[in-house]
Amino acid sequence: MAKTHHGAGRVPRLLARLLLRALPTVVGVVVLIYFFLRLVPGDAADAIAADAGAATSAGMEALRARLGLDQSLITQFGQYVWGLLHLDLGQSVRYNAPVIDLIWQRLPDTVLLMVTAMTIAVALGIVMGMTMARFAGRLPDRLLSVLALVFYSVPGFWIGLMLIVVFSVQLGWLPSGGSGPIGRAGQGWAGVLVKPRYLLLPSVSLGLFYLSIYARLTRASMLEQAGQDYVRTALAKGLSPRKVMFRHVLRNALLPVTTMVGMHVGAMLGGAVVVETVYNWPGLGKLSFEAILSRDFNVLMAILLLSSFLVIAANVMVDLVHGWLDPRIQET
Amino acid sequence: MTDMTTTTAMAPAGSRALRLFLRNPNAVAGMLILATVLFAAIFADLLAPGDPLTMVAQPFLWPGQNPAYPLGTDMMGRDVLAGIIHGSRVSLAVGLAATATSLLIGTLVGAITGYYGGWIDRVGMNLVEIVQTPPNFLLLVVIVAIWQPNLPTVAIGIGAVSWPTLARLVRGEFRAIRGKEFVTAAHSLGFSDARIIFREVLPNALPPVVVTSSVLVATAILMESALSFLGLSDPNRVSWGSMIGEGREMLRTAWYLAAVPGLCIFSTVLAFNLIGDGLNDAMNPRLAGRE
Repeated sequence: MAKTHHGAGRVPRLLARLLLRALPTVVGVVVLIYFFLRLVPGDAADAIAADAGAATSAGMEALRARLGLDQSLITQFGQYVWGLLHLDLGQSVRYNAPVIDLIWQRLPDTVLLMVTAMTIAVALGIVMGMTMARFAGRLPDRLLSVLALVFYSVPGFWIGLMLIVVFSVQLGWLPSGGSGPIGRAGQGWAGVLVKPRYLLLPSVSLGLFYLSIYARLTRASMLEQAGQDYVRTALAKGLSPRKVMFRHVLRNALLPVTTMVGMHVGAMLGGAVVVETVYNWPGLGKLSFEAILSRDFNVLMAILLLSSFLVIAANVMVDLVHGWLDPRIQET
Repeated sequence: MTDMTTTTAMAPAGSRALRLFLRNPNAVAGMLILATVLFAAIFADLLAPGDPLTMVAQPFLWPGQNPAYPLGTDMMGRDVLAGIIHGSRVSLAVGLAATATSLLIGTLVGAITGYYGGWIDRVGMNLVEIVQTPPNFLLLVVIVAIWQPNLPTVAIGIGAVSWPTLARLVRGEFRAIRGKEFVTAAHSLGFSDARIIFREVLPNALPPVVVTSSVLVATAILMESALSFLGLSDPNRVSWGSMIGEGREMLRTAWYLAAVPGLCIFSTVLAFNLIGDGLNDAMNPRLAGRE
C-alpha cells in the first residue's frame, strides 16, 4: 500500500487528473470575470482622459482604436484569451507597462506576506487549539476561547492601525509601513536582515482572523477524535497518551485544518487588499486597489485570474496533503 | 459541520434550545451588545439629532475633554459620538440585508441542487465553485465599482459573494433529508416538488442555516467596514469603516479617531459571533455537553 502510494508516475497522473477536473472552473472563471469586468461603466480611455484632465472626442476615438476598444466584445474576448494562452496579459493603462511585468514586480512581496501570515496562523492556531482541547472546559480553555473569538471578530485593517499606534507611534519599535528601507539600506544582506521588522505587523494583522479559525477547528476536531474507538484501542495496547495524541489524534485532527488552509489562500489575498493598503505594502493587494481606482481593467483581470489559479492550485495541494495525512483517502 | 436532523417534534426541542441558549452567558452577553446597537440604530435621530456630518465644535477634542462631546470631535469638528450612533444604522442595515440576499440565493441554489441531484446538481455545484474561486473581497470590490457605490449595492454585493457557503450547507442538508420516510410519504401523497421543498424539507434543514446566518451577518459587517474604510462605499453616509478611514490620516496625533469606531465594529461583530456560538451549542446539545 505504502509502496504504490509513493510509486513513480503517481504524481504526474494525479496532477493530470486534478487539472482536468479544474478545467471547467478555469474556463468558467475566465468567462465570468471577463464579461463581468466589462460591465464597469467607463473604460480605460475614460480613465486616461480623466488622468490627463482634458480630452477631445476625436482624441478619445483614436485612443479607443489604439486600445482595441472599438471592436466587438466577442472579438476583444477572443483576443484576450489568445493573449492569455501566450502569457500576454495586456497593457496597463495606468502604469503604461505590460501587466505581466507589474504582476511579477508585486508578486514576491505578496507571497512573502501571505506565507508569513499563514505560517503564523497555522502554527499558533494549532498550538492554541491543542491547548484548548487539552484543558477542555477548564479555565485555560475558556480564556483562549474568548481570545479566539476576539481575533475572529476584529477587523484586520483596524488591528493593523492599532498595532501601528502601539508599536510604531508610541513605542517606536517597528516601522509603520513599507516593505523595507529606501535606498542603500534596503539592499543586499542588510535589506534581508531588516525585512522581518517590516513584515511582522502586516502579517499579524492579516493572520489573526485565520489563526482563530484554525484554533477553534483544531480544538473541535481534537475533541471529536479523542472520543473515537481507535484512540481507546491505541491506549489499551499500551501506547503512551502523548504518542497517541501526536501520532494519531493530531494527525487526524489536522485534516479539516488543511482543507481550510487551502480554502483560505484566496480569501487571504482579498484581505491583503486592505492590509497592504494600511501598511503601504507594495504587493498585489495594493496594486488591485490602485487598479480599481483607475479602472485599470487589464490589471484587475490579471489579478483576479491569478488569484483564482492560486486557489485552484491550493486545492490540488490540499488533495495531495490529505493523501499523505490519511493514506486511506485515495484520489477519486 | 452540524448533523442536526430534527425529525423529532420541533416544538419541545425548540423550547429546550431556547432555554439552553438563555442559560449561556456568552450568548446573553451577545444579545445585550446587539440590543444596545439596535437601540442606537433605531433611535439615532433622537439620540443625535441633525446631520452627523456637520461641524459642531472645535476640531480634535479628545474623548472626555468636553462633557458635551464624550467621544470627542474629529479633524472637521464633527461629533464622534453622533457619527458612531448614525454609523450603527449602516452596519446593521448592510449586515442584515446582505445576509438576507445570500440566504435567498444560497437557500434556493442549495435546495434545488440538493433535492434534484443529477445534472442539475452538477451544474449548480460548478456555478458555486466558479463563484467561490476568486477571492470574495476582491470580487466584492469589483462589483461595487461596477454599480454605484451606495448601500443597497454594497449589501447586494456582499450577499452575491457570500451565498456559496450557504448553498453548500443547504445542499448537504437536503441530500440527507430527501431520502427520509416523510419525504417519500409526501411524494406518494402527490405533493408538488415546490411544496415538498419549501414546506416539508426546508423547515427541517433550517437549524444549521440559522446558526450560519448569525456568522454571515458578522462577516458581512466586517466586509462593509473594510469597503468603507477603503473609501469604496457610499461617500454620503457616515459609517464606522469610513470614520476609521478618515481617522487613519491622523493616526499619529489623534489615534482615538480610528480606535473608537473600530471598537464598535469589533463589539457588534463579536455579538453576532457570540449569538451564533450560543445557537450552535443550544441546537447541538451533543457537542455542547462535551464542554
